Amino acid sequence: MSLIMLSSPHAHGGDSVRVIMLTVILALLPATGVSVYLFGWMAFLLIATCIAAALLTEAICLKWMDRPVSTLLDNSAALTGLFLALTLPATTPWWMAVLGSVFAIVLGKQVYGGLGYNIFNPALAARVILLISFPLQMTTFIMPMSALEPVINLYDFSICATLFFVGPEALNLGFDAISMASPLGHIKTEATLGIPVTDALAAYQYSYLNAFLGFETGSIGETSALALLIGGIFLLARHSITWHIPFTYIVTVLVLAGLFNALNPEQYTSPMFHLFAGGLILCAFFMATDPVSSPVTPLGQVVFGIGCGVITWAIRTWGGYPEGAMFAVLLMNCAVPLIDHYFRPRVYGHSGRRV
Amino acid sequence: MPAMLRKIAQRLGMLQHSFTGGVHPQMHKVTADLPIEDCDIAPLLVLPMKQHIGEICTPLVSVGDRVLRGQKIARSEGYLSVPVHAPTSGIVVKIEDHAIAHPSGMGLPSIYIEPDGADESDNSLEPMADWQNREPTVLRERARMCGLAGLGGAVFPTFIKLVQDKRFRIETVVLNGIECEPWLTNDHRLMVEHAAEILEGMAIIKHMVGAESGIIAIEDNKPDAVAAMQQAIAMRDDMDGVSVFALPTRYPQGSEKQLIYTLTGREVPAGKLPMHIGVLCQNVGTSKALYDAVVLGQPLTERIVTVSGDALSEPANLRVRLGTPVRSLFARQGLEDFSGIQILHGGPMMGERLKEPDVPVVKASTGLLAMSAQAMGAAHTVEQPCIRCGHCGEACPVSLVPNLLADQCRSDQLEKAEAYDLFDCIECGACSYVCPSNIPLVHYFRYGKGQIALQRREQQFAEASRKRSDAHESRLEREKAEKAARRSRVRKTHAPKADEAMSDDVAKSESGKGKSSESVVEESK
Repeated sequence: MSLIMLSSPHAHGGDSVRVIMLTVILALLPATGVSVYLFGWMAFLLIATCIAAALLTEAICLKWMDRPVSTLLDNSAALTGLFLALTLPATTPWWMAVLGSVFAIVLGKQVYGGLGYNIFNPALAARVILLISFPLQMTTFIMPMSALEPVINLYDFSICATLFFVGPEALNLGFDAISMASPLGHIKTEATLGIPVTDALAAYQYSYLNAFLGFETGSIGETSALALLIGGIFLLARHSITWHIPFTYIVTVLVLAGLFNALNPEQYTSPMFHLFAGGLILCAFFMATDPVSSPVTPLGQVVFGIGCGVITWAIRTWGGYPEGAMFAVLLMNCAVPLIDHYFRPRVYGHSGRRV
Repeated sequence: MPAMLRKIAQRLGMLQHSFTGGVHPQMHKVTADLPIEDCDIAPLLVLPMKQHIGEICTPLVSVGDRVLRGQKIARSEGYLSVPVHAPTSGIVVKIEDHAIAHPSGMGLPSIYIEPDGADESDNSLEPMADWQNREPTVLRERARMCGLAGLGGAVFPTFIKLVQDKRFRIETVVLNGIECEPWLTNDHRLMVEHAAEILEGMAIIKHMVGAESGIIAIEDNKPDAVAAMQQAIAMRDDMDGVSVFALPTRYPQGSEKQLIYTLTGREVPAGKLPMHIGVLCQNVGTSKALYDAVVLGQPLTERIVTVSGDALSEPANLRVRLGTPVRSLFARQGLEDFSGIQILHGGPMMGERLKEPDVPVVKASTGLLAMSAQAMGAAHTVEQPCIRCGHCGEACPVSLVPNLLADQCRSDQLEKAEAYDLFDCIECGACSYVCPSNIPLVHYFRYGKGQIALQRREQQFAEASRKRSDAHESRLEREKAEKAARRSRVRKTHAPKADEAMSDDVAKSESGKGKSSESVVEESK
């Protein structure tokens, strides 16, 4: 046996990076399951492609950098692939999914030095690059399964494979026919036309229950608040994440939305709408809590969560994009070193906080 | 979430105070129910000249001398030091360096004693059963001359803490019977078997420092020790302000500052000592040793050692004479072949790995653990990059941010590390224990502290050199001035015309010398 170190402690609790990452993957299983249920083979192919591409890219990078390829077993690349897939629309073609995964691994992670050194959440960074590069495809959301049944059967593998690998043209189909705006996108468009949000939502036939369960449209992994909450609670129970970020993030959005909604319900949507719409819950429980790109101190995490909440709500309400959660998390990622420095806990025996 | 609930409960007064962070390692207290056994005296005892924190001792005996048990064989030097005593009667056979229990395998001057089997005692110290009538200063001197040092493992000279200071009145004496390190049960067994002596020791301490109340703190995984101490209290009528606290088992509960917070809700301010907030902390073993020293007049020549570990089939709690070779203790418990086995001195969380089993038991030897390669390998695997999960910060009992600190130490950003309170780290190892990336955080902290200490020494050295050079320069200048003054005096008194030419020559050569020494000074600047 080669003993690497002589220094105490000589005992270890047995935690490992591999298990931590695996726990997050497990926590995403409900949302993944719901996405496959709602979008059939389209979701399955998308998720499988993203994970495979992420793993392959990571392997090439590791090989290239002369690092042990066994590092793949830490599950972080697979997790990044899964994360990315869950933030994509069901109609994303295969090459875009692959491109996204390559962005995530290369530009999001390995250029900084690999796991642990990245500033941004790799999956979110890739998602934003895709959004900016392919704005149309990234905002085209098809309706979940039931609504589509007369037109197209998403549970038919060959149809989905053709759609995914060749494109809708091969089936003489335009995605326009089966797509619709997400609730957030709808509100944003109507608002530019001067239509009050209450009327816009009524026209959309928006239902809170549907949004909670996942039957409103959106990216494949973010539609079901319920499935994501189950995963989030699992992470909290397993102590993979702490309450600080998800709690403060969501509460900040709710408080801001509630305040403005109370002032002018015609112009500002309700807190409940914000809660279930878009990627808030996915971002709050899974993206913002990515340990590498979030603060380590409890107080810092509270600040981070509040910052994410404010930016998310502000972009949704006043910004050019319908959804701001990804941007919020990425912007706050930049501030993490600063937050870590200024919000350290009070050390035993020291009075007051010293910077 | 539990941490938050705990804090809320504390605020509401529903729960006692508790230090932040901490971990729950597997305790492995396999020797908890094994009575203390007397270990036979080894054929050769080796007494290192430093078994405490502080100055090294000077031998008082020479090769060939016969010594008795309890006889002082080495004198303490300076204030922060305590003497060393012969653990049994025998002949001094050698005085030279011997490897000590230190991870580097370094050696220290040591006295080798070959026991004669008579185990004859020195008995020169008067037993003070009437310690109540003795002056605290007399008792304090007794603690010093009996070689008492903290037996919890830190071995700080005990007498230094046993002092009455008018500025800081000690209100509470805390006996630390927490023993939060896995595997170790030496304090546990001592409390079960010697509760009365420990308690008497506490009474002596209270008398010495003038404290009114006393607390015996024990983790709640030792109910028999709690019961034994409570019973001992009930047996005495002078134990009004003394109580036993059974505290939740959590590492590092036994760390002095954390324990004081748990018991009193008060923090020892940074850079201060417990006595500054009116608390004195002593290990239960030290209390028993004080009893032996005062009431029985016996210097510290033996201690309880837990011999255990996952590679040892017959673990035990042993009463061992100081100086006994570690190898012979393991041999007694059936372990002779050390291939593939790592030996730990102390517990697994803060103990040191020994390079070899041929080192003597010293005052700091709380336990000796034989660990298998697997057990050690699991704790020391390849370091992976930090994923900033923050578990280290949650585990830190001092509320540091260990991952950031480790980064700073690793990259030699020492000033920043100091600003992030590196020196408040107690090296308990909780952060390394929970780290999923197996980063040896404590190792980096030790490195950082060492580098800063080195820098300070170098700074002091440079400062001293500068002062020396300044002094040198000013002395040269002064000498020059004196010489000039003398010369002008000589000129004034003599000034014979005939000698003018000659004295001119002398003056020239002297001024030349003066110039050269001046230029030397300038260069040295």
